[in-house]
Amino acid sequence: MKNLKKVTKQQLFLPIFCLFLVLLVNLFKDPSFFGISINNGVLYGRIIDVLNRGSEIAILAVGQTLVVAVSAGTDISVGSVMSLAACGTCMVLAGFGVNTTSTIQVPLIIGILFGVALGGLCGAFNGALVAKLKIQPMVATLILYTAARAIGLLFCNNQITYIRYEPYKYLGNFLPGCPIPTPIFVTIAVIIVVMLFLKKTALGTYIQSVGINSRAAKIAGLNSDMICFMCYLICGICAGMAGMVASSRIYCADSNNIGLNYELDAILAVALGGNSLGGGRFNMTGSIIGAYTIQAITTTLLAMGVSTDQAPVVKAIIVILIVVVQSPVFKSWLGKRQAKRLALSKEAA
Amino acid sequence: MENDELITMRDITKTFPGVIALDHAQLTLRKGEIHALMGENGAGKSTIIKCLTGVYDRDSGEVHMEGVEGNINCHSTEDAQKIGIATVYQEVNLCPNLTVAENLFIGREPRTKAGFIDWKQMNRNAKKVMDGLEISIDVTQTLENYSIAIQQMVAIARAVDRDCRALILDEPTSSLDDKEVEKLFRVMRQLRDKGVGIIFVTHFLEQVYEVCDRITVMRNGAFVGEYTVAELPRVKLVAAMLGKDFDDLAAIKNETMASADGEVLLVCDGMSHKGTIKPFNFKIRKGEVVGITGLLGSGRSEMVRCIYGADKSQSGKETMKGEELKIKAPIDSIRKGMGYLPDDRKADGCIGDLSVRENIILALQARQGMFHTIPRAKQNEIADEFIRELSIKTPSRETALKQLSGGNQQKVIIARWLATHPDLLILDEPTRGIDIGTKTEIQKMILKLAGEGMSVIFISSEIEEMLRTCSRMCVMRDGEKVGEIDHELTQENVMKAIAGGDN
Ligand SMILES: Nc1ncnc2c1ncn2[C@@H]1O[C@H](COP(=O)(O)OP(=O)(O)OP(=O)(O)O)[C@@H](O)[C@H]1O
Ligand SMILES: [Mg+2]
Repeated sequence: MKNLKKVTKQQLFLPIFCLFLVLLVNLFKDPSFFGISINNGVLYGRIIDVLNRGSEIAILAVGQTLVVAVSAGTDISVGSVMSLAACGTCMVLAGFGVNTTSTIQVPLIIGILFGVALGGLCGAFNGALVAKLKIQPMVATLILYTAARAIGLLFCNNQITYIRYEPYKYLGNFLPGCPIPTPIFVTIAVIIVVMLFLKKTALGTYIQSVGINSRAAKIAGLNSDMICFMCYLICGICAGMAGMVASSRIYCADSNNIGLNYELDAILAVALGGNSLGGGRFNMTGSIIGAYTIQAITTTLLAMGVSTDQAPVVKAIIVILIVVVQSPVFKSWLGKRQAKRLALSKEAA
Repeated sequence: MENDELITMRDITKTFPGVIALDHAQLTLRKGEIHALMGENGAGKSTIIKCLTGVYDRDSGEVHMEGVEGNINCHSTEDAQKIGIATVYQEVNLCPNLTVAENLFIGREPRTKAGFIDWKQMNRNAKKVMDGLEISIDVTQTLENYSIAIQQMVAIARAVDRDCRALILDEPTSSLDDKEVEKLFRVMRQLRDKGVGIIFVTHFLEQVYEVCDRITVMRNGAFVGEYTVAELPRVKLVAAMLGKDFDDLAAIKNETMASADGEVLLVCDGMSHKGTIKPFNFKIRKGEVVGITGLLGSGRSEMVRCIYGADKSQSGKETMKGEELKIKAPIDSIRKGMGYLPDDRKADGCIGDLSVRENIILALQARQGMFHTIPRAKQNEIADEFIRELSIKTPSRETALKQLSGGNQQKVIIARWLATHPDLLILDEPTRGIDIGTKTEIQKMILKLAGEGMSVIFISSEIEEMLRTCSRMCVMRDGEKVGEIDHELTQENVMKAIAGGDN
């Protein structure tokens, strides 16, 4: 009993519990959800699907978590930046104005680095507006939210650029001879790099300090503006990475559809992870679990045959439930009941 | 006697995770009395007040108020206001980005006939209220433009301006000068004579004996006793609070008196900050404790902020250990060996959601740089050391700072700067909100550190405290440094210099 209480007190308890719940529903409704099979030498199954399709949201959630923590605001441009990065990469690979190509103009790695760097540039732009010019995060990132897609279209000369070059598909699909979808590896890599960075340097403490009280952080010797800027930069780079994966899946730069509405899922993932959107303390693991929870819900709904039009409604209801369960009011209500019981048991003793 | 009772709280229990903040505590407030609530840091004074005013829900216990039916259970501060309880909390909780007038009248703005806010009327009323406290400030300025002391006065003005039957003041005088304290006491006495019951929390014992009629002492969340002021002399009061005998007035004196020809550590030459402080010169030697004194708003805090670089100096130059300093941000001064404890604990000091450990190592970590993380074991060691040394009352080193009592939060911020072992430590009201036992400890520690070669700039609104620790004092008036006293440091001399009796 006591151990159980200890477990429920953990910050990660609720996010994990929610994910578990979603999976449980599947277990009863349709156990085949958990089936994994091998076709044509690659893994198939809904679980694999969730892990694979959830990659973009997970990568975005990593960056978004830092932005939320440091500035108590959200970067709503990430979806558009994904698309811009994809367009940038395809333009560099295909050459400007080329509609479809099967040979690439520059080495693949250069193209991908260009896309990621483009994401970083967008992040730096957002960061400068927020950290230096003190513009509200929502307003500052609104600029690229609207502009990035248009810039992407310009890069691609107003058309969808196809890269029919086999290796370009690896990133978003499968590496030859590997049964596990590549996006899973990319996500793991991004998570490990960021987590290691947070663990090995003091950046985590810095970000939280600035997010909680930037004035006090400054007096204690932190460069609040720089730290805020860095978070936006990292967020932009993450968006660039996610854009690469999304573009590689469909081996083209579909400016209008890549990353559409992903900013919402990314923000939601942060919230589902038990992070306060008011900034300060953050929990990266929570956000990542949140990201896969969202994908699991989406996949479940599709598997249950909920039409794509109605899926958002059901998703919204589930999200409302999860968010309510995690809300401070609900938590303090739980806490109060516990405190009362504690007091009573003390009295009895 | 019975029907004199205005508020009675009985058997109040309140627990937080891991802490029993109140353990069957009690408090009785009578009409027309000023009732001191005393106890060490973390004794539960603020908590019992918050249980009364609805900030916290108590776990158990009864609260009764004359004229109100039954067991009162306020769930919000508005509930408390409705039944006539006005409160000034320990941490000023006004809106820094609203004007003084707005802060005073928020929620009860005067309206025009058409139902809009009558700004002119509001500003006029605000002026009147502040004049009542003899504070002449521009009420149309936003609150953040004013020092923490003025903010405290505004909070007090806001509370006393309402028609209340009970007034609660949680350490209202912590950043006030004698003069402001006097003004506050006058208002308190007026209210008392009108029959208002006042609860007054303070760590200044003299103030208790000056205005209070009765004293309730708490220790470790429990009720120790209720006394009339006459039956509880100072020594007994201290003993009741600490649970042991302690002589808080025992002589400690700056014996070391860094010799006048010691090595000069810091020289400020014509530094200034527009709008707050006029050009000043300042010099401090190794191992010296220099006090900066002056009236409220005389520029004491602004001067040290300028030295430290919290506000950038716009003229002159600053030399430390013979090297000219180029300070763009506080981190530059930290690297050069400075530390600065700001006077506004909540806004400039506390990182409330971070743990006690993280708060303690923050400045040290910042100085070392992001890539040189202090190993966790080392962090724990540092945190534990200061928790022990400053007797910080906390359930663990991983507890969030905001869950500590006000005085204990202050100790954590002091620890943050001690942990960096600076050459020059600037302390702006270091003992604010700290109980008498620890206060003496901190004074002793300052002297010990000075003996070991640390230079200290010390600001306190308590002249007594400065006399005990400083070997020299700078006097400030209207944002200008007007003089220094380096011999015959006596209360009388300092007071005279501050008031500016140019005789
Ligand atoms: N929000 C909170 N969460 C957890 N613990 C708390 C909280 N507020 C207070 N406490 C604990 O309750 C105890 C009493 O705190 P309280 O603030 O009432 O002390 P106090 O007498 O006002 O001290 P001080 O003189 O330092 O202001 C302390 O041990 C503190 O750690
Ligand atoms: Mg208190």
